[in-house]
Amino acid sequence: MKLTGAQILMKMLKEEGVDTIFGFPGGVVIDIYDELAKTDIRHILVRHEQGAVHAADGYARAGGKVGVCLVTSGPGATNTVTGIACAYMDSIPLVIFTGQVPTQLIGNDAFQEVDIVGITRPCTKHNYLVKRTEDLARIVKEAFIIAASGRPGPVLIDIPKDVSSTIITYKAPKKIELKSYKPTYSPNMKQLQRAVKLIKNAKKPIIFAGGGVVLSKGSKELTELAHKTRIPVTCSLMGLGVFPGTDPLWLGMIGMHGTYRANMCSGDCDLIIAVGVRFDDRVTGKTDTFAPNAKIVHIDIDPTSIRKNIPVAVPVVGDCKITLGLLNKLLDKEDLGDLKKKRKKWLDQIEKWKSTTPLAYKQKNIIKPQYVVEKLYELTKGSAIITTEVGQNQMWAAQYYHFNKPNHFITSGGLGVMGFGLPAAIGAQIACPKKLVVDIAGDGSIQMNIQEMATAEQYGLPVKIVILNNQYLGMVRQWQELFYGKRYSGTVMEHAPDFVKLAEAYGAVGLRATKPEEVEPVLIKGLSSHRTVIMDFAVEREECVYPMVPAGAPITEMLLA
Amino acid sequence: MTEQKHILSILVDNQPGVLSRIAGLFSGRGYNIESLSVAETTDPLVSRITLVTKANAPVVEQIMKQLHKLINVIKVHELTGSSYVQREMALIKVQARPEHRAEILRIVDIFRCKVVDVGQGHYTLEVTGDEGKMDAILNLLKPIGIKEIAKTGIIALFREPK
Ligand SMILES: Cc1ncc(C[n+]2csc(CCOP(=O)(O)OP(=O)(O)O)c2C)c(N)n1
Ligand SMILES: [Mg+2]
Repeated sequence: MKLTGAQILMKMLKEEGVDTIFGFPGGVVIDIYDELAKTDIRHILVRHEQGAVHAADGYARAGGKVGVCLVTSGPGATNTVTGIACAYMDSIPLVIFTGQVPTQLIGNDAFQEVDIVGITRPCTKHNYLVKRTEDLARIVKEAFIIAASGRPGPVLIDIPKDVSSTIITYKAPKKIELKSYKPTYSPNMKQLQRAVKLIKNAKKPIIFAGGGVVLSKGSKELTELAHKTRIPVTCSLMGLGVFPGTDPLWLGMIGMHGTYRANMCSGDCDLIIAVGVRFDDRVTGKTDTFAPNAKIVHIDIDPTSIRKNIPVAVPVVGDCKITLGLLNKLLDKEDLGDLKKKRKKWLDQIEKWKSTTPLAYKQKNIIKPQYVVEKLYELTKGSAIITTEVGQNQMWAAQYYHFNKPNHFITSGGLGVMGFGLPAAIGAQIACPKKLVVDIAGDGSIQMNIQEMATAEQYGLPVKIVILNNQYLGMVRQWQELFYGKRYSGTVMEHAPDFVKLAEAYGAVGLRATKPEEVEPVLIKGLSSHRTVIMDFAVEREECVYPMVPAGAPITEMLLA
Repeated sequence: MTEQKHILSILVDNQPGVLSRIAGLFSGRGYNIESLSVAETTDPLVSRITLVTKANAPVVEQIMKQLHKLINVIKVHELTGSSYVQREMALIKVQARPEHRAEILRIVDIFRCKVVDVGQGHYTLEVTGDEGKMDAILNLLKPIGIKEIAKTGIIALFREPK
């Protein structure tokens, strides 16, 4: 069969079950776009390539499939870098196709040439420059395997113009064998036995779950483990939703803006069962004071996550879901004793922390941002997919929206990309057309990818944007308030567009609330609309996110107000 | 924790860009490279990289895991104890004034190295050996006058059981 590179690419994408591509065209990818139009793969034309990657990312996080992007060479390629780095930090499976100048021009500083493989080497799981059309099919297959397996991540494929236009005799690639790439899914049972022993003997254990549990779809097994052993559960930002936020064993999020009880637990506990986490500095605070009394069992599919930041008693390399399933089975054979009695003291202590120092705010005559999130939670009964921007808005979303299911909280955790939330919401809405998708945004962040409003409108995506508008780069302002004598250098954002008019200019709906009593009606009206809606909430300008652990301090030393 | 020298023997796919992935890993994560040598193995699809780094134990553990995580890395071994042979080669251009020539040739003899080039006022010596031998010969030649030196960095292999 004679096929061009572009035709081979389409064939491979169909074989991989790709139904949606987020992209933006240009000179060297015209051949590919020409073929794309002949398939039934849906192309979502974004307004900026960064938006394409975040949208593919949101699509992958919400729907569990590999997200796919297609962009041109040079500026098209460089515009994807932030999105790729974001997906890399959060281990999201993406395949990004970039066009490249023709092979004979590579290295000559040709028009719109950039070494995107070199640029993205440290922020992709793997990347390829396709030098011959004959290699294309195999490379695409490899890329999808690498992106989705083991610890997932983005894979970039750079395709020179001539590689996509050249006609070759197509031969289906042989079975793909990556001789040096074999992720460990099944854990070492000896280590699991050691974990069981620690669980049996622990007096004050906690479970600490993260994004790895979401990615491995291990939420059920995790919940089973917690209930079976009556061990309370905390999550990193990335893990929110893998354990029901309404469960009595739920501790809330841990870390810099974690709940008082979760952070106190880490200081007091004698065992941490850490699953699918990497002990990021926003979680541990000062590492040598983190969990001083605890033995740590660390389950993760990526061996480099284990013992990178924190000493671990029992390292378990394996897929979170599989490992938790096996751990549950082992525990079923054990006599765990009268757990009600055994845990009483520990759970009572936690209850005390919770009741003396809960998450709290007081709603007076100016809208509190926390109130908006809490109302949003009530009105949606916790069933919405929430994406966020970065900053205070992100932390309030994490604290006040109680997630009961995985894949419902979509946030840029590792890289913390302002401008993530709107394109990610677009991707999530495409993956889950029937779901309510809400971007909880800051007034600063939303302006970083606001152009994607046009994308949402073009494809009739009814995403909802809730702006917690404090006219500040609030999170940085908070640091300046607390640690830099209130010198608000570079963080005042009083010049913003009128977001209501802006929404209307894009053809969307714009609503605004400036008083507490307007919050609920605006939310009800906005959420019930079938269109793209921006809801602009004028909130208390100098509200801070609490608790807060100052950077580099022990996690148990929190500022509470 | 004390930093020690570690010799890593790394088998990789023999493809463009692989060395830069490894060098990038070291620079990006702040690990150090003392020396590095790369060449194809008997299998033309595979290259061996011998890399010497200085690090404490947890960091070496992390380095090895990170290397392993690269898709193009096939195997990573640490060469420890006395279970391996190691060699370096150096070309040393040494000043050869008439009154020093006999001395230089004596050193060449003792260290079983070779004179590979003779110029007007210089000899170029080829030396192979482990690090101890390298240090020793350099110390002897220094007072005579070393003009230039080119070294390969360490290459090493496991010993087979006797
Ligand atoms: C692209 C990018 N630039 C800068 C930052 C640093 N930063 C983190 S939070 C923040 C403030 C965000 O302001 P806004 O979106 O209004 O959110 P708020 O904190 O006010 O809720 C900034 C500037 C970042 N995270 N991302
Ligand atoms: Mg703001």
